Amino acid sequence: MELAEKKRVLRDMLFARRFEERCYQDYVQRKIGGFLHLYPGQEACAQGVMEAARPGFDYVITGYRDHVHAIRCGTDPKHIMAELYGKETGCCKGRGGSMHIFDVEHHFMGGYALVGGPFPLAAGMAKAIQLKGGSEIVICFLGDAANNQGSFHETMNMCSLWKLPVLFVCENNLYGIGTSIYRSTAVIDQYKRLSSSNIESDVCDGQDFDIVYEHAKKAVEYVRSRKGPYFLELKTYRFRGHSMSDSNAYRDKTEEESWKKRDPLNILYEKLVHEKVLTAKEYAAMDQEIMSYIDNEVVPFANESPEPNPEELEQYVLA
Amino acid sequence: MAELTYWQAIQRAHDEEMERDPMVITMGIDVGVLGGTYKATTGLYNKYGPLRVIDTPISENSYTGLGIGASFLGIKPIIEIMSVNFAWLAMDQIMNSAAKVRYMSGGQLTAPVVIRTPGGTAHQLGAQHSARMEKVFMGTPGLRVVTPSSPKQAYGLIKSAVRSPDPVFINEHELMYNIKGDVPDGEYLHPLEGSEISRAGTDITLFGYNISVLWCLNAADILARQHGINAEVVDLYALAPLDRAGIRKSVSKTHRALIVEEDEGPVGVGSEVISIINEECFYELDAAPVRVHARHVPIPFSYILEKAAIPNTDDVVEATLKLLGKS
Repeated sequence: MELAEKKRVLRDMLFARRFEERCYQDYVQRKIGGFLHLYPGQEACAQGVMEAARPGFDYVITGYRDHVHAIRCGTDPKHIMAELYGKETGCCKGRGGSMHIFDVEHHFMGGYALVGGPFPLAAGMAKAIQLKGGSEIVICFLGDAANNQGSFHETMNMCSLWKLPVLFVCENNLYGIGTSIYRSTAVIDQYKRLSSSNIESDVCDGQDFDIVYEHAKKAVEYVRSRKGPYFLELKTYRFRGHSMSDSNAYRDKTEEESWKKRDPLNILYEKLVHEKVLTAKEYAAMDQEIMSYIDNEVVPFANESPEPNPEELEQYVLA
Repeated sequence: MAELTYWQAIQRAHDEEMERDPMVITMGIDVGVLGGTYKATTGLYNKYGPLRVIDTPISENSYTGLGIGASFLGIKPIIEIMSVNFAWLAMDQIMNSAAKVRYMSGGQLTAPVVIRTPGGTAHQLGAQHSARMEKVFMGTPGLRVVTPSSPKQAYGLIKSAVRSPDPVFINEHELMYNIKGDVPDGEYLHPLEGSEISRAGTDITLFGYNISVLWCLNAADILARQHGINAEVVDLYALAPLDRAGIRKSVSKTHRALIVEEDEGPVGVGSEVISIINEECFYELDAAPVRVHARHVPIPFSYILEKAAIPNTDDVVEATLKLLGKS
């Protein structure tokens, strides 16, 4: 990837960070209700994989920590923010909420709130592609804790058996809600669990964009060339709690501090400064521009949009 | 008209829909090489091959979810679950994915799957193979639920379900696969909503669905021959949505209602139909509506206990006579 292109990548990741931080603020101010699961710390995961894939062409599905994956597919952040505000202009017309962002036009096939639920749905979309003879792939982003569901094992078995074109990206952030992976899971390295279904798998640092991108390119190429499914584990960390209702008391502060030293934004920023394609001043200007876009475009759009009409409550139940 | 068994009618519906539309696939445990536990997918594997007739591992939740995911991208899967008791394993995907995806995506995505599964008490299959679950599905927004009482309905409902943009849950019955009935020679699409008057009458309405329609029809014959009672039998083949207008119309004619279900009483079809009668036509009633249903027990193994747990034709006759003050 060209160095100039990486400036755009850094900008995307910074946008993701600022968008999520703004969600946090608006949640605290009670403009956003319900559950809210934020992405800071994990930005290089979605970014690195989607740079290697074809956003808007390949199908993406994920869990409830889904805002940034939708943005990476091409969803307008204004429509996501409006959805979080529960407005009619939201991407799901206020019927979905934070955990259920959908944007079918951009092939973002949804955020789902049952841990492990998307595994078979991803496999099914891959089956459809196989039957129809398309060249798309399906990318399923889930966390490490999803791999303790039966649907993980059931789905991996079928994907391997039928060579379905799906890339499973495991964002291993070491916690399933409030329980450490060391207390919930017998095998810490998730990629090793694929030996039971004979699926090609790989693992890498999830904090360094360049590393994620290189591994993801290999993974995407493997699935695109119809060799079968692939499982890529990314070692990462979320900087905030599981959701907004999370005290985060279960995590050791020194552990948090050590991961914050590996902030994916800083890692890429420092590389670009070192390579002399970016200055601190330019970065500050980039940040300013993002903040002003969020303040002046994204949030006002959500704020000023109409509420859904209660008379249309029963619309969308059946066709 | 050709006389077909219930399973033959189901097989014909599969075959015709797969022939008509290459996006239609059949999947489930033993639907392919073996031809289906109840023979309902006989011959399809040889005709359409393993890509479209898929023998799945015994992983109900994930193969159901896989069908749902395929339906997101235009495939029309007919998913067979060997017994409705095993559908409990697939509840996450049926309830949380298929039923809700259209709503929570604001209408962007639909899951037009057909899920076929037999339920009901057959021949001493024990507690974990004998339950019925229509009450669970019919109360879930986002699902259509139909339950055929004849080969003609089985054929026509499956064909309509395949073409429906909504997920359709089809409750079959293990004891009904070999019953025979006339099925039209030409293509026939049965509506997914409404109800059918299986026998017209004036003195009381016997509401049934699936196998209990057969009990109601037998009971109506006995009531006519032995007691001079002219019962109407209404077949509630669509359980979601229930046919409010059809229920109102029949009760407004007969002024008496008996609901017959193989399921247990609490929170069931009978309690729902009685609520609808209350809401739609309470002042038409000449007597309090009554339901006939299974006893509130897991289905026992013993032949005698199993029979005691499940209602039958005699129970329908007896309850009707009591309701009419003739016993």
